[in-house]
Amino acid sequence: MTRLPTGGLIDRSKAVRFRFNGRDYAGHPGDTLASALLANGVRLIGRSFKYHRPRGIMAAGAEEANALVQLGSGSSAEPNLKATQVPLRDGLEATSVNCWPGPRFDLRGINQLASPLLIAGFYYKTFMWPSWHLFEGPIRRAAGLGLAPEGPDPDRYVHAHARHDVIVVGGGPAGLAAAHDAALAGGSVLLVESDFELGGSALWRPEVEVAPAIAALRAMANVTILTRTEVFGYYDHNSLAAVETVMAGDGPRQRLWKLRAGKVIIATGAIERPLVFAGNDRPGVMLASAAQAYVQRYGVLPGHRIVIATNNDSTKEVASVLTAAGASVDVVDSRRGLSVTHAKGALGVKAARLSDGRTLPCDLLLMSGGWSPVVHLFSQSGGSLRYDDTIAAFVPAVARQPVECVGGAAGDLGDLNIEPEWETPGSGKKFVDFANDVTARDIAIAASENYRSVEHLKRYTTLGMGSDQGKTSNVNGLALMGELTGRAPGNVGTTKFRPPYNPVTFGALAGPLVGTLHTPIKCLPAHAWHAEQGAVFEEHGRWIRPTAYPRSGESWEAAAQREALEARTSAVLFDGSPLGKIEVCGPDAAVFLDRIYVGTASTLKPGRSRYGLMLSEHGVIVDDGIFVRLAEDRFLVHTTSGGADRIALAMEEWLQCEWTDLRVAILPATSQWAVMTVSGPGARQMIADVGTDIDLADFPHMAFREGTVAGFAARVLRASFTGEASYEISVAARHATALAQRFGRAGAVPIGVEALNILRTEKGYLHIGVDTDGTTLPDDVGMAGPIAKKASDFVGRRSLLRDDAAREDRLQLVGLLSDGPMLTVGSQVLAPGGTVPGPSDGHVTSAVFSPTLGRPIAMGLVRRGRSRKGEVVELYDMGTRLKATIVDPVFVDKAGEKLNG
Amino acid sequence: MLLIHCPHCGPRDEGEFTCGGESHIQRPALSASAEDWAEYLFLRHNPAGVTYERWRHTFGCERWFNVARCTVSHRIEAVYAMTEAKPDIA
Repeated sequence: MTRLPTGGLIDRSKAVRFRFNGRDYAGHPGDTLASALLANGVRLIGRSFKYHRPRGIMAAGAEEANALVQLGSGSSAEPNLKATQVPLRDGLEATSVNCWPGPRFDLRGINQLASPLLIAGFYYKTFMWPSWHLFEGPIRRAAGLGLAPEGPDPDRYVHAHARHDVIVVGGGPAGLAAAHDAALAGGSVLLVESDFELGGSALWRPEVEVAPAIAALRAMANVTILTRTEVFGYYDHNSLAAVETVMAGDGPRQRLWKLRAGKVIIATGAIERPLVFAGNDRPGVMLASAAQAYVQRYGVLPGHRIVIATNNDSTKEVASVLTAAGASVDVVDSRRGLSVTHAKGALGVKAARLSDGRTLPCDLLLMSGGWSPVVHLFSQSGGSLRYDDTIAAFVPAVARQPVECVGGAAGDLGDLNIEPEWETPGSGKKFVDFANDVTARDIAIAASENYRSVEHLKRYTTLGMGSDQGKTSNVNGLALMGELTGRAPGNVGTTKFRPPYNPVTFGALAGPLVGTLHTPIKCLPAHAWHAEQGAVFEEHGRWIRPTAYPRSGESWEAAAQREALEARTSAVLFDGSPLGKIEVCGPDAAVFLDRIYVGTASTLKPGRSRYGLMLSEHGVIVDDGIFVRLAEDRFLVHTTSGGADRIALAMEEWLQCEWTDLRVAILPATSQWAVMTVSGPGARQMIADVGTDIDLADFPHMAFREGTVAGFAARVLRASFTGEASYEISVAARHATALAQRFGRAGAVPIGVEALNILRTEKGYLHIGVDTDGTTLPDDVGMAGPIAKKASDFVGRRSLLRDDAAREDRLQLVGLLSDGPMLTVGSQVLAPGGTVPGPSDGHVTSAVFSPTLGRPIAMGLVRRGRSRKGEVVELYDMGTRLKATIVDPVFVDKAGEKLNG
Repeated sequence: MLLIHCPHCGPRDEGEFTCGGESHIQRPALSASAEDWAEYLFLRHNPAGVTYERWRHTFGCERWFNVARCTVSHRIEAVYAMTEAKPDIA
């Protein structure tokens, strides 16, 4: 045991039980997993990312790059957490990452033998022939860290927003003072601390008194304090993102804060840098300040024979603390010409070899290569940095947003008297980036290959790209690059600091927006009635709709065939409620729709309707539907079910941004109206049977009437997507179920989306987005007719005059009849010659088995299709070749006589 | 995340808005040349400086308005109505 009998901020009266790699241990409240492991004498924590080198604990905070652990298992597993940031709690289960079967004996440690091959850029150079993809799998399995959780995350996450006059990031001495000053000024102040305790460096420097400041802040009504909350991103207009980890209760596990501040004060302190000597990654090699933190905060003495390697004055305090705690301490100071060149000992440091040839036995080797202010957030905010020679570090220079850095983050580090020795002489593996196993040699290789820019250095060597994001490695790496290329660190510069400062769980980012909340789905008003009829439901454009109503022992495919046949012979009921409905009102409504539609609205008489095609400005078909003139100044526009929201927004955009002089209002009404469509040869009789005050004898195809149906106020449109006489009956959504029941009792057979698809394909009716794509123009689907008759401009018209639109070899919509088997949607029509791979002459867009014809039918977009009717073409689908004849796309009732009923 | 002052609803987070791209683009007449039409469809300014865009307060009043925004400093220089002329920002 290395726990000291007294001292520290732990509660020795209580034990906290936890497991690490299957063994039981105990620590105390106030411990982190790292301090508790050290107190139990555990030095070896895991293996490194690339070389599987044994690694221990190198730090006491967020900068830890070695001691990564996996918490939990199964669906609640959390990989790659820094043991130094995991608060100890009862029942905690942690395991090492990246080693098998365990950290002490790791079979993949064999990577170390191959390490001469695994240098910077190795995979670019070594694994290029014949293809990187041959090697990618085994390499990815051999490298890497923790395991991703399996199955759905059982925890809850929430998002929260807050706005404060001043947000202080960091609850150390400087942050506490700044928060207090800001609070005295009267505004609202938020103090955010990533640790579970306020105090920052004062937690391990008890002579710095912060308790009064903390007490004062807690007493102020305008101060909010968040602990265990990490600000990980600084974005535009002084917005910050932070993750709060909630430790207790049944609430969410994490809370993602989206913060906005009048002013931000960054008090994130500074991080000590390692020295770059051979074996500096061995377990038992630690940052000097970390040892001080373990003694003072956690009452753990991590070694008894200690060597401190340093190049600055900050280690004086460390040496006195460790000596007072009972350790023997030797200081090796490069400023006096003596350096540690080698840490010896395989699974834990046993001795330090010095530059004068001596060897000092030790069980803890501390290093201090100077300090780097935590300027990450300041850099993310857009602020520039400058290199300060007096502390050999980058400090904030010019701010771009209302932000101020204070304390260590501002470079206020006292008199360090630092004389950097960026790389200690001698041979061996000298790690710069511990998280990603980047050595000084890798940087030399990059320099010798002329990667001079720090951004290129980073990408070529992966320096700073590990889960610690280069907190300890960044400055050492770029300073080494500077030495190799004859530049001062300030001239090399830093890479751009980017969010997140620390890894953030996907759960926190997703928040509550998972599952059905991610993409809300809509149910039909008569959903329960459909379920009673035995409907099989499926999602169509965010609506849950009946696919078919299979009877006992019937497949849904067979049900759809039966339903489609019923529509051709009797009367069926289709719930078309998702049909997009937009009312366009105002004196200029007709003018507006003339500009929106390919067809003409202004010549339409009230009570009549017309089919309309909508184009983008590129001339491409984006939607279609029937529009009805309700009155001189009032239209009811129908869109596709999936297009309702999009088209209403597009109309608003045209009105508000382009035609601001038009007096038109857009009223989306899709969900106000339920639409029950009665279709088939018996449709008219069925409506008469349920009762209506509309004169059905004087109600032709494409006419519109208002009246009552089955006693409900209704709008009825004679439009058809089945090819049969159809009545689209719209009633208030609350009457949907009652109306469906009435038709059900009258004998209407309910049909689903699949039957409707069969029926419309038999008629060659277009399904926008299925039979068309992002290149399809009106003439490609044979709908250029209304354009010639129209004089005025409309959206997309000019694009139809382009040479490309008049090309003779465009893809055109045609019917396709195979010589027997079903065609598959997506099958390619092969160009003459039939080579695969080779040029395509189009593809199949819709394919169904027609119950009316008793054979498969299909539609497709085929090059010059309309002029190739009768031609037999070859189709290709996933290795299968089929033949089909190009035909007219109307397979049933070509004359359209059945529409009139 | 930008803080955008909706002229109708006040300051709101960028997430409530939809950017509709460059504003003040004149829609050519049907008689436009192919070059002019192509410019209207595809060519946009991409300045390192003030850009003039139209935004919709999608999760608010659903109104469109213009925003003059600096792409370098991310400062919002002006918010003005769709019908207003482009302000002169040095």
